[in-house]
Amino acid sequence: MSKDAVEALSLNAITKRFGELTANDAVSLAVNVGEVVALLGENGAGKTTLMNILFGHYTADSGTVRVFGDTLPSGNSRAALDAGVGMVHQHFTLADNLTVQENITLGVHSLLKPSLGRAAAKTRIAALSKKFHLAVSPDARVGTLSVGERQRVEILKALYRDVRILILDEPTAVLTPQETDDLFATLRLAIAEGLSIIFISHKLHEVMAIADRVVVLRHGKMAGGVNTNDTDKNALAEMMMGTEATPPKVSPAKPDAPLLALRNVTTADVGSVPGLKSVSLALKGGQIVGLAGVSGNGQAAMADVVGGLLNPNEGQVILGSKTVQKWTPRIAVQSGIARIPEDRHKTGTIADFDLVENAILERYKSPAFSNGGWLNWRKSRAFADGIIDKYDVRCLGSETPIRQLSGGNMQKLILGRVLEADPQIILANQPVRGLDIGAVNYVHSQLLAARARGAAVLLISEDLDEVMALSDVIHVIADGRLSPEFKRGEMTPAQLGLWMAGQGFEMDVANAS
Amino acid sequence: MEIIDILFTASFWAAAIRIASPLIFATLGELICERAGVLNLGIEGIMVAGAFAGWMAVFSGTGLWMGVCVAMLVGMLFGLLHSTLTVPFGLSQHVVGLGVTLLATSSTYYAYRLALPEVTGPPKIEPFQPYDIPILSDIPLLGPALFSQTPLTYLAFILVAIVGVILYRTPLGLAVRAAGENPAAVAAQGLSVTAIRMGAVMVGSGLMAVGGAFLTMSAFDSFFFEMVNGRGWICIALVVFGSWRPGKALLGAVLFAAFDALQIRVQQTSLGTHIPYQIFLMMPYILSIFALILMSRRAEVPAALMVPFNKGER
Amino acid sequence: MRLEPIKNPTLARKLVPPAIALISTVVIASFLAMVAGANPFSVIGLILKGSFGSQFAILETLNRATPLIFTGLAVAVAFRAKFWNIGAEAQLYAGALMTVLLGTGILPWPSFAILPLIIFAAILAGAIVLLAPALLKTRFGVDEVVTTLLFNFIFLLFISMLLEGVLKDPMGMGWPKSARIIPEAKLPRIVDGLRLHWGFGLAIFSAICIWIIQTRSTLGYEIRAVGLNKDAAAFAGIPVNVVIVKTALLSGGLAALAGFSEVAGLKGSLTLDLSPGFGYTGIIVAMLALLNPLGVIVASLFVAGIFVGADSMSRAADVPTYLADIMLATALLLMVLAIMLTRFRVVRD
Repeated sequence: MSKDAVEALSLNAITKRFGELTANDAVSLAVNVGEVVALLGENGAGKTTLMNILFGHYTADSGTVRVFGDTLPSGNSRAALDAGVGMVHQHFTLADNLTVQENITLGVHSLLKPSLGRAAAKTRIAALSKKFHLAVSPDARVGTLSVGERQRVEILKALYRDVRILILDEPTAVLTPQETDDLFATLRLAIAEGLSIIFISHKLHEVMAIADRVVVLRHGKMAGGVNTNDTDKNALAEMMMGTEATPPKVSPAKPDAPLLALRNVTTADVGSVPGLKSVSLALKGGQIVGLAGVSGNGQAAMADVVGGLLNPNEGQVILGSKTVQKWTPRIAVQSGIARIPEDRHKTGTIADFDLVENAILERYKSPAFSNGGWLNWRKSRAFADGIIDKYDVRCLGSETPIRQLSGGNMQKLILGRVLEADPQIILANQPVRGLDIGAVNYVHSQLLAARARGAAVLLISEDLDEVMALSDVIHVIADGRLSPEFKRGEMTPAQLGLWMAGQGFEMDVANAS
Repeated sequence: MEIIDILFTASFWAAAIRIASPLIFATLGELICERAGVLNLGIEGIMVAGAFAGWMAVFSGTGLWMGVCVAMLVGMLFGLLHSTLTVPFGLSQHVVGLGVTLLATSSTYYAYRLALPEVTGPPKIEPFQPYDIPILSDIPLLGPALFSQTPLTYLAFILVAIVGVILYRTPLGLAVRAAGENPAAVAAQGLSVTAIRMGAVMVGSGLMAVGGAFLTMSAFDSFFFEMVNGRGWICIALVVFGSWRPGKALLGAVLFAAFDALQIRVQQTSLGTHIPYQIFLMMPYILSIFALILMSRRAEVPAALMVPFNKGER
Repeated sequence: MRLEPIKNPTLARKLVPPAIALISTVVIASFLAMVAGANPFSVIGLILKGSFGSQFAILETLNRATPLIFTGLAVAVAFRAKFWNIGAEAQLYAGALMTVLLGTGILPWPSFAILPLIIFAAILAGAIVLLAPALLKTRFGVDEVVTTLLFNFIFLLFISMLLEGVLKDPMGMGWPKSARIIPEAKLPRIVDGLRLHWGFGLAIFSAICIWIIQTRSTLGYEIRAVGLNKDAAAFAGIPVNVVIVKTALLSGGLAALAGFSEVAGLKGSLTLDLSPGFGYTGIIVAMLALLNPLGVIVASLFVAGIFVGADSMSRAADVPTYLADIMLATALLLMVLAIMLTRFRVVRD
């Protein structure tokens, strides 16, 4: 840090509680002009909460925020924006039915102004676009854009408002390695313009690549603050996770015959999200197949076909040796497929149901839980209690509404309800998204245990590290097309990144012809 | 054929525009609410309240335009009630809307009975008179239809243009549309979703009330029970039919009103003697249902319609 | 301002807001009575006396509650699945129509044969009436609020047409009403000499049946799942559209029983003013009962009491009867707010 460092931003002893949970505990953070500070921590550490307080989505219980020396009024996004703080949210805050330009200019001018000033705005967007290498078409409907393009719009929103401090919340979670490089290039241009950057991440290699300084949060408290020059990935990992985290060991696989196969399966596109395009895939017992790819490239269609929610327009689903004639979620469950859905809140559980009702959600019609249209609550309760016990689901009893549980415990209940049926095939769709490290390791160990028992596992994940660590075999999905099979250790992340960007497919075609 | 003859009379089209006018106000009002993301099922009751409030003001001695203002104010108050419950408190928009309709209707009837306890027939006021726009009203067929209407009708048409311009060409309109598409985007840009949604519902409800006032102050000259008779619900269908766009909603209202005017006249033709009049009266409602079915593949519904916004939801 | 969920609400937290809602309703009604020039205490007293203050009053209230229990159940069942059945009025008239079609002499059967048949036919008619909006929703995604609402108007005009046409009572002196039902098709009195008829018994029985279905059957479980989270239900394999249609059939059938009960137990014939809005009032009953079938019984008695009491009060105190509707609308809005406050606290941000 040079002697002429000018402090752009300081957060002082910020504390924030949600009910009994202390999300931030007297956290302090300072950023100088032209600096990149990484906010590191695993899920649930309090990084996003802290930034939401900075940006005014929340009010801190105590502590102050100062921007360029002036105290920032809390709980007011308008004030934050006016003071020069901008945020690129993890879940983009864009209106799909409006154009790029409309999203960028929303709220910029006073609501009393009689005109949108479209021509001037378009010119300004074009200039910023060029300057920061963020190519967009201003009149495109945001709903038609890819994930990478949407992020560019999010960044332009902030740059359009002349922010001096830019917060990016897990920006690379949805990008290919190449798009990540492009993002970093844009950030370097921004720094050259005098911006300061706060970069939230849980990925150590990115933090080391882009940040000048790292602040580590753990369980809401500050666990350390160092310059990246003075540290390395191992030290950061220890600060981030303490010594609690030991990922499960992966022994080599001994695959069996295919239990489920897709043969030339094609499904329809849904709006701008591609369907599967003549995909063939085999899930063998005792093996984990990992599906890598940027979100929105056909993973949803893949999960829906395997999970019984979608019937292919062309091609077959083959269970064992028989082609499936009728395919519904219920038939999939009865055929021994365990499905861990992508979103435990939206599709995995019913928030106002208790744990018992959630436990029997897929199999309430089976003789185990009901008889001729009448439910057997005694047996259902026993089943739920069994899961709570065996899978260590922390709760106040099986009759509490499931929305009171933490994400990790909810996921354990979902795991329990599907694994207790002794499934032969497991579909795990983003199974550890949003979970803390303890829950992550638990889920992974359960998947590995199922694999050891001879089950076939299909792991769909946007986290390339996770896919590479767990999978015996990797396919990349891009634009609905499936790459050939890559064995464990065969490809580097950069090589997989090329496939994720779609380039591998062209090379493949070129080589074949 | 008699129907074709009807279609070529000026009086038919004049009636159609007149019948369309309250629908235009109310449809615009509902459109504004829904564009901001709030379904306002209080529309039927608010129209009743507006019909009575405006008429009562004039009956008590104020001028006609003051009566329109009073009606609008009453509508805005009910809009405030609706939006307070549905926006910051996030209560079910279906239930609150139906509750507001019931409250507005019953308090209107209560107020009427209190204000005029001994009347046998509904008392009359001097309503808006038609104003012929010079030159334009002499055009054959369209002239009397479009340019010999009451000032409130002219206001309705002007409002369609104004609402369209505001919605698509001003920062305020953009903010309203964004609130109905993704309130998180609005909040992230430093705007208050609550203020925008509540404001939209209040303005929209004001317009609905003016639509009701048209019935008692322009189309007719007195207030009677069962006056609105489901027009509010029809306007909800018209918003869908118009794809939430003011211009298309105007078209839908006029089309619908033309059909309504037609069925009134057809009742008096030879066809009318064979078919029970109830069949004719059913037509507007059946048409509305068909309009809804036709537009059911709509991709243009505001994405966040009926989705409450919880600030900073974890 | 932000709403924060309360993890373990205390008993006080669950009871105080609804109590305040009801008390506020009474206060507002008193104020409005004052505006009408009456003494608010005497108005409240007259309402209570008129609804529960004498044997006649109680029976009148129970009679008035009977159709409300049916329509309240109909709405509660539908709303549980987030199927907004606003068309209970039309379904009620469908049930009444069936009652006069079959019960005015075409089938000269004894009571034990014709009554079950009419009940079955009424339920079927109500179910079919709601089937069309249900299918429009599941096949075309058409919002059922507007379709069921508009259908009320259409069906009432249809009934009007029939009553002036084929169903017209030849001995009715020209009024649009149907012929009277035969004595065998009449619902008997529960106690001879008192005005209360077995429709009330049937209503209570229906409420208990619905409660059992909701809490113990797989259908009840499916309805609750679909209503709370359609996506999770579909993912788990619950056939969402089938459940919605089944819900609609059940709901329509229940509302139709209200029409049957009014004709066969009380009025004896079908007229256009058979229902002073029972279908719509059923919505209030269902919401006040928190969609609980047994709660519907209590809420119906409450709502019926207010209407019956207000009728009697209005004659005595010269306050317009619409006070009752205002009270109910206020109670509905305040109750919905109160219920939210039992689960969330308001936090200043």
